[in-house]
Amino acid sequence: MQTIDLQQTDLRTLNATLHAQAETTNQTTWTIENPRGAHALACGLDAPIEVTVNGHTGYYCAGMNKQATVNIKGSAGPGVAENMMSGTVVIDGDASQYAGATGHGGLLVIKGNASSRCGISMKGIDIVVHGNIGHMSAFMAQSGNLVVCGDAGEALGDSLYEARLFVRGSVKSLGADCIEKEMRPEHLEILADLLARGSSTAKPEEFRRYGSARKLYNFHIDNAY
Amino acid sequence: MKDDETRGIPRTVPIQSATFSNPVNAEIRRAAATGIYDIRGGGAKRKLPHFDDLLFLGASISRYPLEGYREKCETAVTLGTRHATNPIELDIPITIAGMSFGALSGPAKEALGRGATLAGTSTTTGDGGMTDEERGHSDKLVYQYLPSRYGMNPDDLRRADAIEIVVGQGAKPGGGGMLLGQKISDRVAEMRNLPKGIDQRSACRHPDWTGPDDLEIKILELREITGWKVPIYIKVGGARPYFDTTLAVKAGADVVVLDGMQGGTAATQDVFIEHVGQPIIACIREAVRALQDLGMHREVQLVVSGGIRTGADVAKAMAMGADAVAIGTAALIALGDNDPKWEEDYQALGTTAGAYDDWHEGQDPAGITTQDPDLMARLDPVEGGRRLHNYLKVMTLEAQTIARACGKNHLHNLEPEDLCALTLEAAAMAKIPLAGTDWYPGKPGTSY
Repeated sequence: MQTIDLQQTDLRTLNATLHAQAETTNQTTWTIENPRGAHALACGLDAPIEVTVNGHTGYYCAGMNKQATVNIKGSAGPGVAENMMSGTVVIDGDASQYAGATGHGGLLVIKGNASSRCGISMKGIDIVVHGNIGHMSAFMAQSGNLVVCGDAGEALGDSLYEARLFVRGSVKSLGADCIEKEMRPEHLEILADLLARGSSTAKPEEFRRYGSARKLYNFHIDNAY
Repeated sequence: MKDDETRGIPRTVPIQSATFSNPVNAEIRRAAATGIYDIRGGGAKRKLPHFDDLLFLGASISRYPLEGYREKCETAVTLGTRHATNPIELDIPITIAGMSFGALSGPAKEALGRGATLAGTSTTTGDGGMTDEERGHSDKLVYQYLPSRYGMNPDDLRRADAIEIVVGQGAKPGGGGMLLGQKISDRVAEMRNLPKGIDQRSACRHPDWTGPDDLEIKILELREITGWKVPIYIKVGGARPYFDTTLAVKAGADVVVLDGMQGGTAATQDVFIEHVGQPIIACIREAVRALQDLGMHREVQLVVSGGIRTGADVAKAMAMGADAVAIGTAALIALGDNDPKWEEDYQALGTTAGAYDDWHEGQDPAGITTQDPDLMARLDPVEGGRRLHNYLKVMTLEAQTIARACGKNHLHNLEPEDLCALTLEAAAMAKIPLAGTDWYPGKPGTSY
């Protein structure tokens, strides 16, 4: 296992070292000590490595991740795993706003709560939140799945496209064009898989499904307020 | 009335209202009939104070000109010298502005890349991601980082020569975008990860940062992902150029791109295009002042756009302190947009060559702003690239002609002192003395 201590190593060296890991690297396990809320930690990774951050992270940790698994043993600042393409990011604590924003793929697991705009503009990423999520989450979400084991804040799924939203608890309000939809067997199957991958013990049957009413898909003047 | 005429009594002639003109009334009737505002492409069409309202003084006894054809007048510019290890080196200070694949056809994007490459300059992606044709035919390609993040991925980010974070554009500062469903082909839909045929909205704000403090951290992330190699531009519309430039520099930009209200868009509301933002000549000196106040003029480069048409416009922009310019609409015209040879087709669409602006509808007779295979085939990307190269060459020669006449051996050496203004408005906006005076409205130390 490789260890990088951010008390002794700067951010550039850390990320350059992780970026230098090739597809076939045998140095597959990395630990980052003393992150102390630093920004842009382990962003832009593109190798099948596992990185564990022992502490809290600042903005954009694991941004644009590909292939790698990033474990955050603390809470994450804004934009964690933003634009993730593939791989897995697991946060033991809470996540600030924009978690998983615009993510194209991969799995983001937040074992605590997520703040506002979780999954904003998501484009294929799967997000599993063990706790609650804040307002305006899944705004303009295009595809992928957002699973919320707790409650959702105001305006969930506003201007939603084809992303699927599963919420176990209450939803304070739905955003424009977001409606509750029937939970069919295929959705329970998808949800069971997501919960298993997200290490949640919640039961698929306890969730409700939300999605787009598809009434905003084509411009209509009555929708232009 | 008829009796008056027969009796020879003078009558009041019909007078059209300047306020309720025929075009205004026609628009009121159209709005009343349809209940929908007008959406169109392009930039502001109204007459605005512009580069035409400025003149060069030229050399005389107090200034020494350079020989027009023989003496050297350099045109090269390097963008992104502040932080990037690989700044962009261009042969000419005229770049191609961001225009998306989706708004434009694949062959049109290829033609822009070919023309820019032949001329030794850069071209820019748009809202929709980077295509292989565009990357393959563009020696220097700037990759736009937009609120929608359509097609955004780290691989394309790393194969870009620069990254342009788009905060706004001159046609619609504060506005997002819309690509109507008729232009969403299978390929466009796939690149943007949305169903085919639906209208695709582009958000007006970035999804994962809000203010300049966040932006500074976003830039840090992009630099870390790309190894601090490529320059990072920040593009803003001509809204509050002094403050926007100041904040862009504070956030860490290598280059500020400033787009005036004459700058085009693929589609937005006409009311937005014509009523929001400032003309580019009102923006340049304010942006330069911000850079000078920060001690960053020439260290952070300034690229300006919005209605650049000729080498004279290029020279005037640079005399006011810009390091380079960008062209969008003019480049499309060079490719063949609004060419009278398609007049019959324009008439069939209810318009005429020179006025066609329904770029969002995908029926462009010139085959540029369309995804229709038959229309797209009208533009040969090789020929289009050649035409753009020619046009860029002419603009450069024109700018050099003016610079030599002002005694400058590099376009960068043009300065505000070389200019005078023809109108009070232009003098005030551009902070250039009114012709025949040493004064402009608002000049420090003077009253007005």
